[in-house]
Amino acid sequence: MPKLKVDGIEVEVPQGATVLQACEAAGKEIPRFCYHERLSIAGNCRMCLVEVKPGPPKPQASCALPAADNQEVRTDSPMVKAAREGVMEFLLINHPLDCPICDQGGECDLQDQSVAYGRGQSRYEENKRAVTEKYMGPIIKTVMTRCIQCTRCVRFGEEVAGVEDIGAIYRGENMQITTYLEKAFKSELSGNVADLCPVGALTHKPVAFEYRPWELKRNLSIDVMDAVGTNIRLDSRGRQVMRVLPRINEDVNEEWAHDKTRYHVDALVRRRLDRPFVRKDGKLVPATWEEAFDAIAGVAANAGSSVAAIAGDLLDAETMYAAKALVKAFGSDLLEGRQTGMAYDTSSLSAVAFNTTIAALEEADAILLVGTNLRWEAPLVNTRVRKAIKRGAKVFAIGPQVDLTYKVEWLGDDLGLLNSLPENLAQAIDNAKKPALILGPGALKNGHGAALAIAGAFQRAATETEAAWNGFNVVHTAAARMAGLMLGYAQKGGIADIVAASPKLAFFLGADEVDFSKFAGSFKVYIGHHGDQGAHHADVILPGATYAEKPGTYVNLEGRVQRADRAVFAPGEAREDWTILRALSEKLGRTLPFDSFDELRAAMASEVPALGQEGLAEFAWNPPSLASQASGPVTYPVADFYLTNAICRASPTMQRCSAELLHGEDFAEAAE
Amino acid sequence: MADAPQLPDEAEVRARWGAFAWTPANAEKAREIMARYPAGRQMSCTIPFLDLAQRQVGAETNTQGWLPVPVIEFVARELDMPYIRVFEVATFYTMFNLVPVGRYHVQVCGTTPCMLRGSDDVMAACKSRGLKKGHTTADGLFTLTEVECMGNCSSAPMVQINDDNFEDLDYDRTLAILDALAKGESPKTGTQEPGRHTVEPLGGPTTLTAMVSENHDYRGEW
Repeated sequence: MPKLKVDGIEVEVPQGATVLQACEAAGKEIPRFCYHERLSIAGNCRMCLVEVKPGPPKPQASCALPAADNQEVRTDSPMVKAAREGVMEFLLINHPLDCPICDQGGECDLQDQSVAYGRGQSRYEENKRAVTEKYMGPIIKTVMTRCIQCTRCVRFGEEVAGVEDIGAIYRGENMQITTYLEKAFKSELSGNVADLCPVGALTHKPVAFEYRPWELKRNLSIDVMDAVGTNIRLDSRGRQVMRVLPRINEDVNEEWAHDKTRYHVDALVRRRLDRPFVRKDGKLVPATWEEAFDAIAGVAANAGSSVAAIAGDLLDAETMYAAKALVKAFGSDLLEGRQTGMAYDTSSLSAVAFNTTIAALEEADAILLVGTNLRWEAPLVNTRVRKAIKRGAKVFAIGPQVDLTYKVEWLGDDLGLLNSLPENLAQAIDNAKKPALILGPGALKNGHGAALAIAGAFQRAATETEAAWNGFNVVHTAAARMAGLMLGYAQKGGIADIVAASPKLAFFLGADEVDFSKFAGSFKVYIGHHGDQGAHHADVILPGATYAEKPGTYVNLEGRVQRADRAVFAPGEAREDWTILRALSEKLGRTLPFDSFDELRAAMASEVPALGQEGLAEFAWNPPSLASQASGPVTYPVADFYLTNAICRASPTMQRCSAELLHGEDFAEAAE
Repeated sequence: MADAPQLPDEAEVRARWGAFAWTPANAEKAREIMARYPAGRQMSCTIPFLDLAQRQVGAETNTQGWLPVPVIEFVARELDMPYIRVFEVATFYTMFNLVPVGRYHVQVCGTTPCMLRGSDDVMAACKSRGLKKGHTTADGLFTLTEVECMGNCSSAPMVQINDDNFEDLDYDRTLAILDALAKGESPKTGTQEPGRHTVEPLGGPTTLTAMVSENHDYRGEW
C-alpha cells in the first residue's frame, strides 16, 4: 500500500494504483482523454501530466505511472499548468472549431477541458488537417476530423465488446480511426463507443442533430429490453424521450448498455396505441373508454371465473400485481407470463434464477454455457464472461455454435451431454474453485432437470476466506420474467394450461409473442402500448403506457428488485396500466382495493415482501428434483437480436440495424 | 489526407487476389518464421508474414510487390488475428505497399543530411528519366517515393532501390544506375564513390590515425 503526497495531501492507495488514481483519492481532478477506468491504459493523449518527485525533471503522464511510496506529486505547479496548456494547444491544432454544429457540444470533454485547462486562444495559423468521413454502420455517426485519437473506441472494441472492427490505420499526421474497410461496427454494444468518445468524432447517428444535452430532463429508469435490468437514464424533452444513457451500477451493467437499450426510444412515439379500440364486425374501430369498458363488462358478466391474464415481456411488477388481483377477484388463477410456451418448473425460484449474480460471474474460473446465445440473450452478462476469461476462466458450451466474441470449447448440440459430462469438462469443473453453469432459455425445456441434477458440482461450501459459491444460473430474456414468477404468473404446464382452460375472457398485458390462434374462443382484451401482434388479434384494445411512461418495479434475472421512474406521460388517451385495471375493475363490479400507486405498491409488498424492497431478493437454494434425463438439440429463442419485442419492432433504428447488421442489406451512404 | 494512399477498387482486387495462398516454398518459410515464436504468440509473425506475402505478390507480378486487401486478410487468417489488426500494421509501415509498384521501387531519401548533400539532384535525375513522385512509370519499371532518413547519412545522398542501397550519389551517378536497371543489369550497390568501400572517411581517417595499421593503446595519452 504505497503512501504518497499529492499537493501536500497524504494519501494511501492500493498496490498497483496509478498516480492518477492517487490524485483522485486526494480529491484532485486530473484532466484526461485517453484514460478510462474500464479500459486498458494507453497513455497517448498526454493530458494527465503531473509533476512527480522523485523522477526526471519533466511532467509525467499520471495515468501510466504506478504510484509508489514517498512520491511527491504536484498537480498545481506552474510546470503542470504549462504542460496542460501545451497539450491542449496541440490537441486543438487539428480540431475543427465546429462546436456550434457538433452533437457533442455541451457534454464534450474537449470543450470542458479546454475551458478549464487551455490557454484561451490559439497561436496556430497554418491549415488544419481534415480526415475523410468513415462509415461505421447504422448506430455510429462519424466526423473524423474531430478525432483526437485517444483510441478509447479501439480499446473498447477489443476489450469489452470483443468485436475487433475498429482500428487506427496509417500513422503520424495521417493516422485515422476507422472500421475495417469502413464497414459497419458489428457489435451489439456499439453505441457505447459514442459515449466513450471524449469529442464529437463518434456520436449517436439515430439522434443526430435532434437535441442539445442541456434541453433534456433526466429521469432514472430500468431497461426492459432484456432481463439484465440495465440501469438507465431517460433523457426527455417535452413529451418525448430523446435518448437512453446507461447509469453506473457495478452490480448490473457497470456503465454499458447495449444498442437495443439505447436506440429503441424512437419507437416510443411510433405505432402507439393512443385510444381504445373495440372490434365491431371483425374490424377494430376507435372507441371511447366507456364503450371499451362496456364491451368487456358484457363478456365478463357471463364469464364467471373463466378469466385469464397473460403478461408480456416488458411489464412492471405493479401492472402484473393489479392484473393478478383482478383475475383473482373473478375467482380464477389463470396467470401466465411465459408467452412462447415454456413450462419449466417454478416451484423453487432459485432453480430459475441467476444465483451467482452478474458481478460475481467475473470470478468464475470454469463456465459451462448450456443452450444460451448469451451475446443476444444478455449481452451485458456476456461481457462479464469475457472478463472472467481475461482472469483465466475456461468456457465450455452445449448448443449450436455461435460467435460469442470469445473462445469457447463447443461440446456439441445435444443436451444429452448433460447426462454424463465429457471427461475434460467434468475435470475442469472438479478442479475449479468457482465453476458456473449458465442455463439459457433454449435449454430450459429439455435440460432443466438434467442441469439441476449436476448443479451440486457447481456449488462450493464457504471457507474461511471465501463465501459460499452457487454456480447455478438461469438466463431469462424477458424483463418481466422474474417479477412474474414471484407473483405467480406461471402455470404448471405453461401457457398450454391456459389454452386448455379456454378462458372466456383473457387479458393480454402487452403480450405480443403469444400464439393467438389458440385463443380463438376467448374474448381478448389487449392492454398495451404498441400496435403489434397482440393488438391485431384483440377484441378490445386498452391503450397503456410503456415502461418510460409509468413508475414501476422490475426484477432482473438475478432477482434484483429495482425501481424505475416515469419520464414522460403516455400519448393521447393512453393511461398507466394499473389505472386502467383499477377503473375497469370498478366497471366490472369487482373494485380493486387500491386507489393510488402507493397503495398498490404497499398491497403488492404485503403479498410478496421481496418486491417491496429494492436490492437482491434472497431465493433459498432448494432445487426441485425433476426428470434428470436430457436429450435433443437446442434452439435459441432469440432469432433476431434487434427485433425481440413490440417496442423495438416499431423502431426504425432497430429495423435498420436488423436489416443491415444481421441480414446484410447495404445501407452504406454513397460518397459525397 | 492527401498523402494517404487510395486503396485500389476492392471488387477488382478481390477477383484477382481472392485465392492468394503461399507457394510451397513460401509455405515452408512461413512455417520456419512461425517456429521462431512460442505457441500462442503467433501475432509476432505479422510483419515477417506481410513481408513474405508482399514478396510473393512481387514474384507473381514481376514487380516489387504490394499488399492487396485479400492478401492482408490471408495473413490475418494464417495468424488467427482480426483483419483490422493486420491492416493496422500494413498501413503503419511505409515498407508495405498498399498500391501496386513497379519492378524497381526507387526510394529517395530527402531528409536533411541527404538534402544538404544534394538529394535534390538525385530527385532531378529521377525526374529526367520520367519518374514522378508517388507514381509508376508507364513501362511499369520504376516507382518513385520520397522517404525519410534511411540511416546512410555519412554517405549521403542515397536511394534505396528494392533491397539495395546506392550511396554517394549525384545527378550523373543516379542516371547511370537508373539506366543500368532499365537495361536489366545489376549495378554495383553501396557507395558509388570510386575508392570508397563503405562509409569510411574520404581521404583517410582524421581521428584514431594510429589505429590504421595496427592496434594502438591510446589510454596512456588521455
